[in-house]
Amino acid sequence: MTLSTTSSPVNYGAVPDGTGRFGPYGGKYVPETLMPALEELEEAYLNARIDQEFMQELAHLQHTYVGRPTPLTYARRLSEELGGAQIYLKREDLAHSGAHKINNALGQALLMKRKMGKSRIVAETGAGQHGVATATASALLGIECIVYMGTVDMERQKPNVFRMELLGTEVRSVDSGSQTLKDAINEAIRDWVTNVETTHYLLGSALGPHPYPAMVRDFQSIIGREAHSQMQEPAEGGPGRLPDVIVACVGGGSNAIGIFHPFLEEESVRLIGVEAGGHGIEDGAHAARFADPERGRLGVLQGTKSYVLQDSDGQIALTHSISAGLDYASVGPEHAWLRDVGRSEYTYCTDTQTLAGFKALCELEGIIPALESAHAVGYVLELAPQMAKDQVILINLSGRGDKDLGTVMQTIGGDR
Amino acid sequence: MNGVDRIDQVFRDLKKSGGAAFMPYHAMGYPTRQESVEVVAALAKAGADIIEFGIPHSDPLADGPTIQTATFSALVGGTTVADCLQMSRELRDRGVETPFCAMSYYNPILAFGEERFVEAAADAGMDGLIVPDLPPGESEMLEPACRAAGLATVYMLAPTSTEERIKSVARHTTGFIYLVSVTGITGARDELPPGLPAFVERVRRHTDLPLAVGFGISTGSQAARVANIAQGVVVGSALVKAAGSGEGLEAVRSLAEQLATGSHQTQGESG
Repeated sequence: MTLSTTSSPVNYGAVPDGTGRFGPYGGKYVPETLMPALEELEEAYLNARIDQEFMQELAHLQHTYVGRPTPLTYARRLSEELGGAQIYLKREDLAHSGAHKINNALGQALLMKRKMGKSRIVAETGAGQHGVATATASALLGIECIVYMGTVDMERQKPNVFRMELLGTEVRSVDSGSQTLKDAINEAIRDWVTNVETTHYLLGSALGPHPYPAMVRDFQSIIGREAHSQMQEPAEGGPGRLPDVIVACVGGGSNAIGIFHPFLEEESVRLIGVEAGGHGIEDGAHAARFADPERGRLGVLQGTKSYVLQDSDGQIALTHSISAGLDYASVGPEHAWLRDVGRSEYTYCTDTQTLAGFKALCELEGIIPALESAHAVGYVLELAPQMAKDQVILINLSGRGDKDLGTVMQTIGGDR
Repeated sequence: MNGVDRIDQVFRDLKKSGGAAFMPYHAMGYPTRQESVEVVAALAKAGADIIEFGIPHSDPLADGPTIQTATFSALVGGTTVADCLQMSRELRDRGVETPFCAMSYYNPILAFGEERFVEAAADAGMDGLIVPDLPPGESEMLEPACRAAGLATVYMLAPTSTEERIKSVARHTTGFIYLVSVTGITGARDELPPGLPAFVERVRRHTDLPLAVGFGISTGSQAARVANIAQGVVVGSALVKAAGSGEGLEAVRSLAEQLATGSHQTQGESG
């Protein structure tokens, strides 16, 4: 897809503006108590970005602790099976603690430790991957950590709950609302409001009030920077060229923005985000904010203006996805803006397609993906055969699937 | 008189008689639609000076468990934004003249349409608007609409607020400034925070607007102590809890009378 030649070039580096806006999206919609904390966070972050010592310490930990750079893997058998484009995987599942979430968790935890006079971290988690990453970074840096998690999610992601506890984190269950990610965020924000003078809220996606969407994007952009160089370098497993298409799943959208962002200026590269189609758009049980014309509308949820699944009265809709990590009613504001300006596209993958992607990657590549990441694979099962053999797809394989074995066993186990 | 004038009048009158405004909150639609209308009527009769008319939202992130539970129950019962405005109209038709401030989160207002909401609220007899997740700077649509309709735009300040933010809130506010007594969420607390007088004093240096204190106040004696340092006493969770209790309306009436008495005490009587 190409941008209209009559329009002036979009300056992707100019967002967010000073007030945290990506076009009409973003902003800071929070209770007054938190406004000074957001200003403090922004100042600390802007300061850290230009502090060589901080950036070097972060880079050192990313290399020696997280295991970065994560590899690029050519998915030979999957590509052959689908008979179209050549498929490459950016292996965030191999990052320490099992997902891309560690990139942001470590960045923010180090920021708090080195630049802010705070001693305690609260975080929310859906799939548990961000909770585990935050618990990991907190253990590494010796920080007290509390993670809020919906009771429904605690049930479906039991191994991750235990993992967090092993890492010394207290997991608090959230019984309100839909008992999933959105409610865990509400509860984490309530804790933050109450303990703001000692506590940093380590938000896990490119969501929430400014400066979170920009800061989380920046910490995750290491994915795209590495992939940009690896793709062009055969010695690093790449095809020696940029991909034609990049595909990533989108819940809040942090893994997607992390891989998209360093490619925004590469206009030959299509960027496709895959939302959770759940039981299908017509069914209503899904989390596809961009795909549901009736309920996916401009709104404000948890500090940011973006597309929000809601009813006609502005009450937030209940969402469904087989993957707890994509089960969220809103989407990062930068995705909404990139979609408006025509730079990225969004589609969705149903639970059923997702399981097909999950099985394909297991059986053909020996990789058990997270159900979140399996949404990107599920969509590629459709996309790749429509493309030529000399074309290239890059999938951001954002996490590994050990945590999902229970869910998958319940869903497809009976078939065996 | 428009809404701002009516709210100003409340504080002018209290300046003469002494004491502070008693400003109860209720979650509309809780325990049921009709009961919530009766609660507001009872609050007015018990001596409320301004009533905060809570319009429920699915994700009330500034609220503690009591108001979360009540607003969730109101939504399950089918309460809508339009119906909350209709309840205001009904109370006006019954002769309740106490100024009302609509209190909701931003998304229901955005979904209704900001200008349309403000016009409908003014038309339904509302006098002001409080939106906890809409600080000045994000209200470039809502604020002019409120100015045009004569509705007060009430912003909040917290103990964490910097001098800069106090000045900004003072510039954008009409009616009164809502001071959040603690860093935290709504809900009854046993003690008033020790730093409250200093916080009120810090804000007072920047503005002549009436200052109303809320969050955590639940008894008549707490109300009396707040009345000594501020011009308004906001009580929410304790009254909502009373409304949902077995005694319902009677419990609301009795607590509201104590809170009104406490708020209206003049300096000399509070001891």
